[in-house]
Amino acid sequence: MSILIDKNSKILVQGITGKEGQFHTKKMLKYGTNIMAGVTPGKFGQEIEGVPVYDTINEALENHEIDASVIFVPKQMAKTAAYEAINARISLIVLLTEGVPVQDAMIIREEAKEKNITLIGPNTPGLVTVDECLVGIMDTSRIQKGNVGVVSRSGTLTTEITAGLLDYGFGQTTVIGIGGDPVPGSTFLDIIKLFDKDKNTKACVLVGEVGGTMEEDAAKYIKDVMDKPVVAYIAGKNVPKGKRLGHAGAIVEGGTGTAENKIKALENAGVRVADVPWEVGKYLKEVF
Amino acid sequence: MRLYEYEAKKIFEMEGIPVPKGEKIEDADPDVFNKYEKIALKSQVLSGGRGKAGGIKFPETVAEFQKDVNELLGSKIKDFEVKSFLVEEKLDIVQELYCGITISRADGKVVVMASSEGGVDIEQVAKESPGKIVSEKIDIRKGLPIYKAIDMVRRIGIRGKKELEVANILVKLYSIFRKYDAETAEINPLVITKDDRIVAADAKLDIYDEALFRHPEFKREDEFFTELEREARRHGLGYVEMDGNIGVIGNGAGLNIATLDILRFYGGKPANFLEVSGRTYMLADKALEIVLKNPRVKIVMGNFFGSISRCDVIAQGISNAIKEGKVTAPLIVAMRGNGAEEGRKILKEVSVEVYEDDKVAAKKVIEILGHVEGN
Repeated sequence: MSILIDKNSKILVQGITGKEGQFHTKKMLKYGTNIMAGVTPGKFGQEIEGVPVYDTINEALENHEIDASVIFVPKQMAKTAAYEAINARISLIVLLTEGVPVQDAMIIREEAKEKNITLIGPNTPGLVTVDECLVGIMDTSRIQKGNVGVVSRSGTLTTEITAGLLDYGFGQTTVIGIGGDPVPGSTFLDIIKLFDKDKNTKACVLVGEVGGTMEEDAAKYIKDVMDKPVVAYIAGKNVPKGKRLGHAGAIVEGGTGTAENKIKALENAGVRVADVPWEVGKYLKEVF
Repeated sequence: MRLYEYEAKKIFEMEGIPVPKGEKIEDADPDVFNKYEKIALKSQVLSGGRGKAGGIKFPETVAEFQKDVNELLGSKIKDFEVKSFLVEEKLDIVQELYCGITISRADGKVVVMASSEGGVDIEQVAKESPGKIVSEKIDIRKGLPIYKAIDMVRRIGIRGKKELEVANILVKLYSIFRKYDAETAEINPLVITKDDRIVAADAKLDIYDEALFRHPEFKREDEFFTELEREARRHGLGYVEMDGNIGVIGNGAGLNIATLDILRFYGGKPANFLEVSGRTYMLADKALEIVLKNPRVKIVMGNFFGSISRCDVIAQGISNAIKEGKVTAPLIVAMRGNGAEEGRKILKEVSVEVYEDDKVAAKKVIEILGHVEGN
């Protein structure tokens, strides 16, 4: 089944009538995603690529069953859009928006956790279960069906690394971006646990970067519980302290969040950590 | 964005937290000195540890005051230039406490801390006497109720009338943390004076950068950044200055950080991080311009993996910059992904050395740098 989404998942697009919403609805449909409905307040009656548009999620739910929602909405409205999806009890919410204030992200994370809803993002390209379902804006041109689960904090770097995996004959089950922000809805630990339980995923690739302690937290689980091989690449050795490197969460603060610390924790857990992106496929071949 | 002490104190005062009597000055006006019995002269810089670095003085005469101001004005405290001071009544300190509120990334909670060891770096206290710090994790939706604050203050050994006063300050600090979209709000030290006043002797407020759009009163240049970093920010470009000599541009924050790793892997030293993508991928020419303004840069590496940000659009920007004569150092580009074939063609037309593979491009950069430096 891979994780979180598959060919049967029914998807809702929030913000479907905007430029990004329209463009990516078309792209997701082309990939084979079952987009059942879209929501943009005030645009009831419109159709985007044949997908009916409603004024609210509740209205969409009166007419369709929905498994997951993907949010194409600017940062000012991101919290409200996520609230709407959470209140409608949609079990998977993918918040793509970059620039969401961290306190907003913390609020929706608590709301989602309380209701047992899986929240991915913010600041993420989304996820794709290969050849089955694309939810988000991820580039799928260098992704192929296989048995490696990939979880990453970076969009472009993910595409680079999956392309590299193909060179070694490795394809993917699900490729998922947890986003570049300091407090994501789902952490590396959350996703690694899902990959661990997924019978189709036989190995994992973890693409991390400086900032926070998510990689260290995942390392503990990998060491204590997980049997499947994991290979990682952690971007940002030797970066200056106290400055954000593009992603809001990519910052070394005080002594916390260095790439060196993450690499040490992962290696202690038996994870091979590549020094540069192209070594990931090579190391995977060695352990798998 | 870190606020200056005088800005944070203004907010704290407005929200009901007592601060010392004082005012901001930019020159040594004797009238200001004479307003107070005794003064503290505090350099307004964004770095921590300014006391130890000589940024805080206690002049006792007008002459000393003028000397201190003139010596400190224009000087640098940990890379930050002193442009102004806060002159405050000097407090008669009996006890120094600590109050701080910050974000716990690991579990998405707000961390509220109090300690009886104020006036010292809290990270030092955490190392040396962690038992002296009382800390609570708060669900951001629920906030800090007064009874929790009182329990915390009781546990750091403050009882009686002061217990309630300090607890109220903690609750007010929390509401400032929320109202201003802060990453950190801190009072270190929170001082108990000889005449039983409780006063925030220092004030720190860091506003989460991405939330500044909701706080337009702080729409200004963030002096925490270097001049080039500020120029980049004006154009919406994410640029971080580093100390090497290889300029870097690329699309995607993660890939950009990885490019720093790749260059180091081959023995090079990056001069900067600069992401051209997402909201800014049409700014490749502006990005190049900024990278090259750093005099240390001897060569530039571009690393692009087109997906949403198309390579041909980026290549066109680079080509424009070259045609305008702005590219004054060797430029090596790795380009693959969406629009890459067209992009590589565009770059070859302006004689840029372009590769598909960033491994190969990085090696070439180091090789050329060797020749350049050998001269």
